[in-house]
Amino acid sequence: MGASAWEDTTMPGAAPSGLPRIFAGLHREGRAATLEEYVVQHGPVPRHQDLLSVVEASGLQGRGGAAFSTAVKLRAVAQSDRRPVVVVNATEGESVSAKDKVLARQAPHLVLDGATLAASALGASEVIVAVAESARTEAATLEQAIRERAHAGIDERIPVGLARITDGFVSGEETAVVNALNGGPAKPTFTPPRPFERGVRGSPTLVQNAETLAHLALIARYGPAWFRELGTPEEPGSALVTISGAVGDPGVYEVELGTPLRTLLDQAGGTDEPLRALLVGGYFGTWIGADDVDQLRLLNADLRRVGASLGARAVVALPASACGVCETARAARYLAAESAGQCGPCIHGVSAIADVLEQVSAGRNDARHSRLPRWLADVNGRGACRHPDGAVRFVASAMSVFADEFEAHVGHDHCRWDRRRVLPLSHVPAAA
Amino acid sequence: MKSIRVNPIACEGRGLCAELFPERIVLDDWGYPIVDETPIPPSLEHHARRAATMCPTLALALEESAERADTVVEPERPRDR
Repeated sequence: MGASAWEDTTMPGAAPSGLPRIFAGLHREGRAATLEEYVVQHGPVPRHQDLLSVVEASGLQGRGGAAFSTAVKLRAVAQSDRRPVVVVNATEGESVSAKDKVLARQAPHLVLDGATLAASALGASEVIVAVAESARTEAATLEQAIRERAHAGIDERIPVGLARITDGFVSGEETAVVNALNGGPAKPTFTPPRPFERGVRGSPTLVQNAETLAHLALIARYGPAWFRELGTPEEPGSALVTISGAVGDPGVYEVELGTPLRTLLDQAGGTDEPLRALLVGGYFGTWIGADDVDQLRLLNADLRRVGASLGARAVVALPASACGVCETARAARYLAAESAGQCGPCIHGVSAIADVLEQVSAGRNDARHSRLPRWLADVNGRGACRHPDGAVRFVASAMSVFADEFEAHVGHDHCRWDRRRVLPLSHVPAAA
Repeated sequence: MKSIRVNPIACEGRGLCAELFPERIVLDDWGYPIVDETPIPPSLEHHARRAATMCPTLALALEESAERADTVVEPERPRDR
């Protein structure tokens, strides 16, 4: 296929109505859609005079966790007179999230289209796709897709390359990705400067989550009004959700923003026993008691009411037979170990918090128990990145949702619950 | 007005700053500074500057406050006692 056929704007693919959007036409067995299959599904790549305005009208928000306006981020990078660099962030260090890996494995062209569209709109000098060292299949699939595109003669004006980033919970933080691409360790840096000001090799850098770019590629084709057919005016569109824990069919699902949390669980095969709580937003997220689950939808507007946010929309269902205190203690120890080890309050504070939680979960009445609330407040906001903030938010929500269990643990020599282990602490296998 | 900010990566928790500028800096249980980033009145500025220059790892910076001085003046609250 030649470049002219690819860029022919007179024959767009049919806009998918309803769902799926991103997952439309993907293979059940999980292999990647080839370039040809992808073009049959979505039509050739469109050309836009003013992509930034189209993205702005769509109201697209970053799908990496912060839900920051994509248009604002694009404009911030566009402001500079230097040629920017576009980085696709597919590192996905969060162990309970698998959506970006699924995208890389199954829809690499959607992600690459989004990246090159953003790159041409910004006049970027290159596109770098960042994936974790451990993500071998994802890297191989993306490399194959990049070759397919080179062979077809698309993206020829913008070089697209792949970079491997050391695995780690915080290594996907945008300053950590940029630091790694500049030859440093995959650890966050002190800001400012933010990557949009000075990033890869000192150039203004757009670091955008892989899923965000996939949505951008669809918005460029089908328009902002189409994008807004799903979701709410404030939080439009569909989103990928990784559901794990005590559900019949764990995996990555594409759902409409605003879907009731209960519907989400039902879609994933329902819970296999009564639900105790739901972890929303992964290990940077918040526990939500089972009673609240029925009142809430998959929206930041709803979750804000219970002090939570969507994050990267990783959801873990905790069954009644598991112990919220023990699970939280295990995850807190993991988070302490995953600190980049750069900032004192994170190094010492998060691990001290994990120590106490372990003592409590083991039924030992630790005198430091009473210091927990102050430590949580003290550690919050004290790192170069948001790692300590995420860890204390997670623990604080556990102390409120599992208040009865905490009380019962203090002074008992063992846990009364079954201790079914639910939280995965490294990589979660994903089905699409 | 100016405010003080710590670079937590550079900070090694020597604790000098909390002795030199206790009006805005206290230490946490591990010896690292908790910095109050509210604007510093001119009367305290020389204490802040001294804390910043004396930091052995140069982790403290005296910066122009993000908020403009005229926006941080709180309206007079009625006194109830």
